Amino acid sequence: MSDMPNDAPKTPRGPSRRDFLRTAGLAAGGAVVGAGAKASTPDPLITEVQPFASFLGEGVDATPYGMPIHFEDHVVRRNVEWLTADPISSINFTPIHALDGTITPQGCAFERHHSGAIEVSKEEYRLMINGLVERPLVFTFGDLMRLPRETRVHFCECAANSGMEWGGAQLNGAQFTHGMIHNMEYTGVTLRTLLNEAGVKPEGSWIYVEGHDASSNGRSIPMEKALDDCMIAFFANGEALRMEHGYPVRLVVPGWEGNLWVKWLRRIGVMDGPVQSREETSKYTDLMPDGRARKWTWAMHAKSVVTSPSPQMPIGHGPGPMVITGLAWSGLGKIARVDVSIDGGVNWQTARLGTEPGDKAVTRFYLDHVWDGKPMFVQSRAIDETGYVQPTKEQLRAIRGLNSIYHNNAIQTWYVNENGDAENVEVS
Amino acid sequence: MSKCRNLLAGTALLTLIASPVLAESLGIGRLALPEEIAAWDVAVMPDGRGLPEGRGNVLDGEDYWIDYCAVCHGDFAEGAGAWPAIVGGRGTLTAERPLKTVESYWPYLSTVWDYINRSMPFGAAQTLETDEVYAITAYILYSAGLVDDDFELSHENFTEIRLPNEGGFYLDDRAEVEFPTLQQEPCMSDCRDAVSISARATDIDVTPEFPVIRFHYSDGSAPVIEATEASAAEAVEEAAAPETAAEDVQLASLDPALVAAGETAWRQCRTCHQLGDGARNGTGPQLNGIVGAAAGQVDGFRYSPAITEAAAAGLIWTEEALDAFLENPAGKIPRNRMSFRGVRSADERAALIAYLASHSD
Repeated sequence: MSDMPNDAPKTPRGPSRRDFLRTAGLAAGGAVVGAGAKASTPDPLITEVQPFASFLGEGVDATPYGMPIHFEDHVVRRNVEWLTADPISSINFTPIHALDGTITPQGCAFERHHSGAIEVSKEEYRLMINGLVERPLVFTFGDLMRLPRETRVHFCECAANSGMEWGGAQLNGAQFTHGMIHNMEYTGVTLRTLLNEAGVKPEGSWIYVEGHDASSNGRSIPMEKALDDCMIAFFANGEALRMEHGYPVRLVVPGWEGNLWVKWLRRIGVMDGPVQSREETSKYTDLMPDGRARKWTWAMHAKSVVTSPSPQMPIGHGPGPMVITGLAWSGLGKIARVDVSIDGGVNWQTARLGTEPGDKAVTRFYLDHVWDGKPMFVQSRAIDETGYVQPTKEQLRAIRGLNSIYHNNAIQTWYVNENGDAENVEVS
Repeated sequence: MSKCRNLLAGTALLTLIASPVLAESLGIGRLALPEEIAAWDVAVMPDGRGLPEGRGNVLDGEDYWIDYCAVCHGDFAEGAGAWPAIVGGRGTLTAERPLKTVESYWPYLSTVWDYINRSMPFGAAQTLETDEVYAITAYILYSAGLVDDDFELSHENFTEIRLPNEGGFYLDDRAEVEFPTLQQEPCMSDCRDAVSISARATDIDVTPEFPVIRFHYSDGSAPVIEATEASAAEAVEEAAAPETAAEDVQLASLDPALVAAGETAWRQCRTCHQLGDGARNGTGPQLNGIVGAAAGQVDGFRYSPAITEAAAAGLIWTEEALDAFLENPAGKIPRNRMSFRGVRSADERAALIAYLASHSD
């Protein structure tokens, strides 16, 4: 936090040195109590030679491409079957409760398909740019790899993330309430570079992007955004995209709803207006209480969630030191600050940011807390560099009602009981 | 657009729009041919640009609807199971449970035509003829009460049709409506009265089972608890072991290469059909044990009248019957609801049937 520029607009200041000393003192006090725990018998894991300390382990090449060790088998994407009619056109959820840091491993990053994840090889892959351009072009994958590349980290959040929570606390777990998000390092070519190859005509004010898959998932994007920071990505977290994320090429639309991040990208049409496709009219529009709907609500606003403790990740120990941690992000820029409350929003403490906040990227936060063993109402509240403060559910509902489905970025509450078990609740 | 400008920080962008050609191109890629553009640029805009010439009437549309669409969207476009209703719902957008359909919510007819043409039927996209798309669109308009049953839709009268909710949308105004309240320095202490629980997810109880993560602590405050789900899975595995052995014996009589080829070919079927452990009915019935079974007998699946009739007439899915059906589904059993063009290659059909046979009960 101390690295944040002082002139960030409306950004409240971070914790002072005094805050730091006080927190450190508390933590140290807790540590003394913890170290006082005594064992009555020697721990056989220490006193007895363990098989893994005596016998030989696996040699190299046992797994040419490694999977997580089987002890982590529970850290997987999970589906909520009743949400959709069929897994072919459905969504699953990133196990954010079990991850730390900021980068989401591809293998457990949420999937959203409208007609299933398709296999397209690099040899079969073609990208077309046409419409209001000087030169309609076709690229092979190899062609694209000859264009200048950039590498950037961005979050991709489904517009419907937390959409099941509008009407009340519904799904019990951070994975299910907030898991339609991932945060990856992308490498690829900017749309600015690509469009420059084709030469956009002056009347080209929008692009229409669509995929190779049966759904096509066509979306219209204003030219300003396309030229500002959009890119096509071939690599995520240093390796080829996974099939389920659009191998070999997907669109990256930083800060804007995941539905725009077209996978298996097949065509970029330069247009003089929006196509008004199915995905930008019948879906991904936000129904308001008066029966009208907001459209083109592309940006994902500041949001955060505590990932631990949470229903899938309870506090398993007694009173004493613990780490409250979570994720924060904003589609309008960088996260400036995250506050945490343990009393349902009566009082707030500013959390420590675990990473330097990135533009339209996930930031990790930590609150090093000494738990007194009493029930807590744990909340987090993100504030971004524009000064936007993550709203409460009440604030959002007052404006948007209960039926807008998308863009629920409200503050989440976990009730943690005396046993340390956590559950999804609403408070009043 | 004004909203977009508000959200984007750099004002220099506007200059870029005025002169988007920024630098010399690198000359990568090749010129797209007109035939290639025609094949891929099929998007249709609200003003009708992009519509190909063609026509289709309500009555033909009803026939196509029953063949291609009704299995998911109901005979009258009212929806089936968890699949979406296409019509109905007018006047419900302010209700507690709005029904958003082409009739009640979609703003433009071009979207309907474009989506059917590009992405429907589910599992067989881009197989409809242009006139079929016009006819199906006409049938939807009829089912929505927007045209009479003698209506014909064509590229000529297309833009005369307006959907009821065209005026029901407005540009994102969150920056104007919400930001003034939300860009305030937030309260840090004594911000509200003490809270109590007003709603809990466990009362609704719709969350799938999940393992809870627990650790060991030196102070002994909690033991390691095996993830309940994992333990359950192990138990099932053990119980299933003898059956697996029996299946291995049966598999031995099938040509493994043919079964493997069939597994690849199965990709075109799995959109609608499931096979193997835990297979359930989807758009189509689950197909465990289908080879040699009587037709139309899978528990819990709502068959088309055509399949039900064939079953009543004693159809057994022998390898020969499956081969004939898979070659030409609509020809072998007219008006069945499997919207699938068929498998031309006899080798591929044989592989598929071998793969199905490898999943016999």
